[in-house]
Amino acid sequence: MSAEDTLLYLDGVSVSFDGFRALNSLSLLIEPGEMRAIIGPNGAGKTTMMDVITGKTRPDTGTILFEGKTDLTAMREAGIANLGIGRKFQRPTVFENHTVWDNLELALKAPRRPLKTLTYAVGRDDRLRIEEILDITRLSPKRERQAGSLSHGEKQWLEIGMLLAQDPKLLLVDEPVAGMTDAETEQTARLLKDIAGKHSVIVVEHDMVFVRELGVKVTVLHEGSVLAEGSLDAVSANQQVIDVYLGR
Amino acid sequence: MLTRFLLLGLDKKAGVLLAVLALLAVAVPVMALGTAPDSPWHLSTHSVALMGKYLCFALLALALDLVWGYVGILSLGHAAFFTLGGYAMGMYLMRQIGPRGVYGNPILPDFMVFLNWKELPWYWHGFDQFWFAAVMVMLVPGALAFAFGWFAFRSRVTGVYLSIITQALTFALMLAFFRNDMGFGGNNGLTDFKEILGFDIQAPATRVGLFVATVVALAIGYILASSIVASKLGKVLVAVRDAESRVRFLGYETERYKLFAWTLSACMAGVAGALYVPQVGIINPSEFSPASSIEAVIWVAVGGRGTLAGAIIGAVLVNFGKSYFTAALPELWLFALGGLFVLVTLFLPKGILGLAAQLRQRLPSRGAVAAKPAGQKGV
Repeated sequence: MSAEDTLLYLDGVSVSFDGFRALNSLSLLIEPGEMRAIIGPNGAGKTTMMDVITGKTRPDTGTILFEGKTDLTAMREAGIANLGIGRKFQRPTVFENHTVWDNLELALKAPRRPLKTLTYAVGRDDRLRIEEILDITRLSPKRERQAGSLSHGEKQWLEIGMLLAQDPKLLLVDEPVAGMTDAETEQTARLLKDIAGKHSVIVVEHDMVFVRELGVKVTVLHEGSVLAEGSLDAVSANQQVIDVYLGR
Repeated sequence: MLTRFLLLGLDKKAGVLLAVLALLAVAVPVMALGTAPDSPWHLSTHSVALMGKYLCFALLALALDLVWGYVGILSLGHAAFFTLGGYAMGMYLMRQIGPRGVYGNPILPDFMVFLNWKELPWYWHGFDQFWFAAVMVMLVPGALAFAFGWFAFRSRVTGVYLSIITQALTFALMLAFFRNDMGFGGNNGLTDFKEILGFDIQAPATRVGLFVATVVALAIGYILASSIVASKLGKVLVAVRDAESRVRFLGYETERYKLFAWTLSACMAGVAGALYVPQVGIINPSEFSPASSIEAVIWVAVGGRGTLAGAIIGAVLVNFGKSYFTAALPELWLFALGGLFVLVTLFLPKGILGLAAQLRQRLPSRGAVAAKPAGQKGV
């Protein structure tokens, strides 16, 4: 497959922190509409990979192309977000002093320049969209609550709702079910599968049960590069993967 | 669109505050000019100037609260913008003196004649026009803040480091303005003003006019600030304060937002300084001193950070206390100020307005508890 047909194209991406190679010539292709699970032991470079895609960290070498043409390595966080790449953090990061509604309103796709936001008023379409997301994330009864007062699981859902409001082409989701109950995990898997229909999604996760539930192609990272790729069953049977997970 | 935007900020709190300001704008002129000097209702020119001074400080505090309370930028150099605005107004007032100075030079202010200067420096040109000075009052602090913020925010300097360089900024300006060859009167500053817009600056009616102008400026500043805070832009600002990198990943260029609030705040501080100078009759480099900026932070903390109205209340109360203490117990004032800051930080983290909100929350619940036993008695 050539770079032009991909949504996200990483080739030979390396990042070092004080001599530690967090990413080591990482290459990865994501197709439009694809959902991909990324697994790997601690320190495999999963979060660093998210950081270089979203512009938080600049790679030392390598190419990152979005939609086959836009070079992400030269852009800053806000510019990349506006291209259509949304990110959910490992620890839920919502605006604690704002209401649930305001959190979604801030995330909602709309002009991002200061003078546009100064005169912004919630129109009918925007209101309906926020209502819809409140329903999807089951936060409708809590719309006027301060986000800081939500439970851990609710914050995770609000953050997923904020991603939906942003309406990105590619969603990067870092450990969405960490600290969730089994029931919440199941709901989250269903929610992500719904989203995957209209967007491309990269999910980083430790929880194998959750990854199995997603039932998508899996990439195993190890020491900053791809160790194996394929269905969960295939990679679980891979001897190298077993060695890495058993810590050999 | 503009009216809709301005209506955003008009909640109940704003209504009360604007009503108080309107009352001041009517009562003070009546009491100062419409009553006999021996009447108990009479306000002396001195009192009017003092109140005007408090309200100038209130506008400075409001400007500081906009960036500290809502964007989390703790400026320890806001007096720099205030003083620059003051100097711009001072330059206009100096040019108005004309040939009435001690040396009688129609163009050069006295201190330039004294320094044996032959002609007006280029940056003094235009200040004989009020409109020009009025533009400079906002443009100079605004441009400095814009340039400073551009570099500081782009390089992602935040928190304590940013506070320290704002402090360094005002300190550097103080040292620069102390030099005679800067052309701003050195350590004596600018003073001995005669008239403003053709009115005698000492006359009671002029003083009242300046007071009313200050009230109007404060009201406009308040409406503007509270409308901004209530708009979506204000929500972005608060989000930047609480989780800046998250806001970036939503696609907002946080630097632009910080720069907007920061520059606007500097312009407001400049206007406050410009209104301050004709009412106190002097501007000199000591206004740039780091202590002035830190005092402004204390006003905001005392009144309640992030409340706008609290900044105004804090500035007026602390300065009233300062006037009282420095007259009654001059050696104790700095201890009182320091103690106040410690007490507020420890016991009133949300300031006076925060305390008021707490009390209001507690009262109805106590009422509900009290109602229960009463109900049982009835049964």
